[in-house]
Amino acid sequence: MVFDNAYEAITEENDSRWAFGTGFTDPLEGVDTSVPSGVDAGELEAYCLMLGDDALVFSHRLQEWCTNAPELEDEVAIANIALDLLGQARLLLARAGERGEDSYAFFRGEHEFRNVRLAELPHGDFGELIAALLVFSTWRLALLRRLTESRDPVLAAIAAKGVKEVTYHRDYAAQWTVRLGDGTDHSRERMAAGLATGWPYVDELFTPHEIEVSLAASGVAVNPAESRAEFDEVLAQVLRAATLDVPEVPGIPGVSGRTGRDGVHTESMGYLLAELQSVARADPEATW
Amino acid sequence: MVMTRGRARVVAETVTDPELPMLTLADLGVLRDVAEEDGRVVVSITPTYTGCPAMDTMRDDLVHALRAEGYADVEVRTVLHPPWSTDWITEDGRRKLAEAGIAPPGAAPRPAEGPVPLTLGPTVRRVRCPRCGSAETEELSRFSATACKALRRCRACAEPFEHFKEI
Repeated sequence: MVFDNAYEAITEENDSRWAFGTGFTDPLEGVDTSVPSGVDAGELEAYCLMLGDDALVFSHRLQEWCTNAPELEDEVAIANIALDLLGQARLLLARAGERGEDSYAFFRGEHEFRNVRLAELPHGDFGELIAALLVFSTWRLALLRRLTESRDPVLAAIAAKGVKEVTYHRDYAAQWTVRLGDGTDHSRERMAAGLATGWPYVDELFTPHEIEVSLAASGVAVNPAESRAEFDEVLAQVLRAATLDVPEVPGIPGVSGRTGRDGVHTESMGYLLAELQSVARADPEATW
Repeated sequence: MVMTRGRARVVAETVTDPELPMLTLADLGVLRDVAEEDGRVVVSITPTYTGCPAMDTMRDDLVHALRAEGYADVEVRTVLHPPWSTDWITEDGRRKLAEAGIAPPGAAPRPAEGPVPLTLGPTVRRVRCPRCGSAETEELSRFSATACKALRRCRACAEPFEHFKEI
């Protein structure tokens, strides 16, 4: 195909010559997204944003490791885990409502993000990354496995796909936890320090928000408190193999009891969103 | 909707995967259904991984292949359930993967009830080297150039190779 100028080439109506097109198709294209009977659409939206924001924000933190991982193999592993979570985020934000994935991701303010605070914490070193990934993926896997029974068929299907992916993520984090914990004095110290850094945010993962309680009662959502025992069991198994102790550090409560699920975040969240959203906000009408 | 195995299906079955061009979408088990009614075609595909960036290209390639065969009205739908599994890769697909130097997947792990025992030591999965056939291979990384493949090395012929990992 011949064009007179580059602008004409990139704006042609049929853009499929480009590797991935110049736009994104709704990831739920063709899926029946009607809201199940008796379910409040506003509550369903809020719940999808919780699980979607967890994945989106944690994926962003993992993407920061691109070009920074200790070895090429781990760089590729972390990028792939981030990609899986970005895919889960796209489906969940698309499920949240008519507003659309891009609008939710790029044009909400910090107080409107409902991710748990663990997802947004910066990773000072590889030990902190692995600790956060171990905790996050163990918790999320337990949650998604229960969500496969959701009365909402879309959430159940998203969860069933997610279970397969997050199983690999948890394995990756668990293997590194053992290698570092049962490794050299230095690696052991960094791994233990990484766990201690993230651990104050563990209780929040299992503290249900009122919307989770309400939707769990109608069979749509999962009450995260139900998976605490499973989480403790898996963490104990991994940390035993890593010859590490379960950290004993106090939790960091939210502001007047309000935490990530209520839109109350840590200081690092604003910086994260600035990077995540700045390009989209610089030219809100742009497509690419 | 009338389900037929008509000409549209034959056309759709020739479309190849953008990242694994030796496989058709049918070989990969991604092509779930092709329905034809009064010249209108509805193709159903399912993503391999939720973040798979090749989905948009698959859609475009399907639409173009069908348009080229005279189907003006083509719709490509996403099907999420049941989730894609490597068990859906056809025998033909497995053979083509091996011929391209990619070790095909073994049986997919069955979904576990409750906390599953973690594989904390070195991976014991037996994967044969697609080049020399040796079973003496080791995993270098569970993730590779794409989400669906792991990186391995053969201890017999010392060559690295990719393994389509079970999911």
